[in-house]
Amino acid sequence: MLSILETALELGLIGSLTVLALFLSYSMLGVCDLSTDGCFTLGAAVGAVVALAGHPYLSLPAAMGAGVLSGFVTALLQTKMGIDSLLAGIIVNTGLYSVNIAVMGGSSLLNMNKTQTVFTLLKGAGVGAYKIMLALLAAALVVVFLTLFLRTRLGLAIRATGDNPDMVRSSSINPAFTTVVGLCVANSLTALSGCLLAQSQKSVNIDIGGGMVTIALASLLIGRAFAPRGGIALRAVGAVLGSIVFRAVYAVALRFNMPAFMLKLVSSVIVIIAIAGPYLKARYPELSRRLAHRRGREDA
Amino acid sequence: MLSVSHISKTFNPGTVNEKTALHDLSLEVADGDFISIIGANGAGKSTLFNAIAGSFFTDSGTITLDGEDVTLQSEHLRAKNIGRLFQDPMRGSAPGMTIEENLALAAGRGGWLSHVTRAEKQAFRDRLSLLGMGLEDRMQQPVGLLSGGQRQALTLMMATINPPKLLLLDEHTAALDPATAEKVLALTREIVEKDRLTCLMVTHNMQSALDLGNRTLMMDQGNIIFDVRGEERSRLQVSDLLVLFREAAGRKLDNDRMLLS
Repeated sequence: MLSILETALELGLIGSLTVLALFLSYSMLGVCDLSTDGCFTLGAAVGAVVALAGHPYLSLPAAMGAGVLSGFVTALLQTKMGIDSLLAGIIVNTGLYSVNIAVMGGSSLLNMNKTQTVFTLLKGAGVGAYKIMLALLAAALVVVFLTLFLRTRLGLAIRATGDNPDMVRSSSINPAFTTVVGLCVANSLTALSGCLLAQSQKSVNIDIGGGMVTIALASLLIGRAFAPRGGIALRAVGAVLGSIVFRAVYAVALRFNMPAFMLKLVSSVIVIIAIAGPYLKARYPELSRRLAHRRGREDA
Repeated sequence: MLSVSHISKTFNPGTVNEKTALHDLSLEVADGDFISIIGANGAGKSTLFNAIAGSFFTDSGTITLDGEDVTLQSEHLRAKNIGRLFQDPMRGSAPGMTIEENLALAAGRGGWLSHVTRAEKQAFRDRLSLLGMGLEDRMQQPVGLLSGGQRQALTLMMATINPPKLLLLDEHTAALDPATAEKVLALTREIVEKDRLTCLMVTHNMQSALDLGNRTLMMDQGNIIFDVRGEERSRLQVSDLLVLFREAAGRKLDNDRMLLS
């Protein structure tokens, strides 16, 4: 049981980077970035190829760079080419499938069993619980970075873009610019997340990022329950906690014989509940009145 | 200061919804002018503001601001020199961000990666205390919690925190209750006088159109039909304005909202 929770903690922390990416793009910038799945895989593929070439350290910035590029294209499509933001994400996601296979040299699976990765380096250095430590370090660094970044003038402008683009314009800032920067940063985190996951499980396949956007959204919305209001730092930590809790609950469910293939359905249901729940709750008085009214008429 | 020369704007050209909103309009605004603009709904007042602020480009004509041709400059670049308030108090500020963050963004000091300094925070507080609304003690609260009047007052502060070359007020008190509207209007007058701002104000209130500022314009069908200042203006009464409107427009005044004000 303990090892299951350890795995959950590790997966939760690595995945929390994607959750933090959505925290930036979805919660702050107000863009639901559907290229997340493809970008996650892109990070995994690029990271793996660089690590296989013998540069484990370089694999991290390389993956992030690839993520920036992917985010840049998504942002360009929606700010300069008149493509709806959801559609832009879907288009980039589809395109990335081919890109990712090309990156992996035409194969849909790469094996890193004997490859030196950031994880094996740490293991070699004799760090205990090295996977969790590295994932924790990454998550902590990103939380600190985001907290500082979102307080800068650029960060404020990114947050305002999601809140009131008119106001951004009247502050002499081009909302297209803030969208580009926000999506580049967010996608670099998503790619880093993919890169770390691939190196941690020592393999990449083309489906490694499948459904990641829903899983991350579910985690983000669970995290919101931990820190519904408060400062950026608190909410970012909440996002990380959400990611861990999601993986932990999932791990426990597996233990009680839920088949592994249920992961994506569970994440979908969580997202539906988290978004539809508050909406239905707000409408409940109205609905119950209408029901009572109808019943009253039938009785009469 | 501001020179608008022969601008025209037609929306939906070539369709049944074609509407000429501005028709060969020209306007010269001198430095320090405070101009009130009146006119019926659809006269083109807001369209004129949109054209000046750069919400769209005009079909023809040129707009020059402080010697710089801004005709084809995009909106966010013009915003450096133009402050603007709308009728809707929600349009000027970001509801999910705190008062302090909104002001910091509007002030826009420092580089992209700079944080708000302690001195700036104090300056924001000092400036907000001028409003006398107690907002300076609520710096960390999200703007979404403020009332419409408070938000409009905050927006006024944000628009003038770096004194703009030109301030555009588009019926900025019309959505507020009379007492709050009075207060925001008094604040407007105070700030405009203190910073000697050049200001254009659209209003449906004929009395304040004559009380505030040094010049009054009347618009109809996308053009300025009446322009009065100085001696002539100081003798004007609201009733004269109504008569003038009928004469100039050559048709009966049909806007109840104007008659009632």
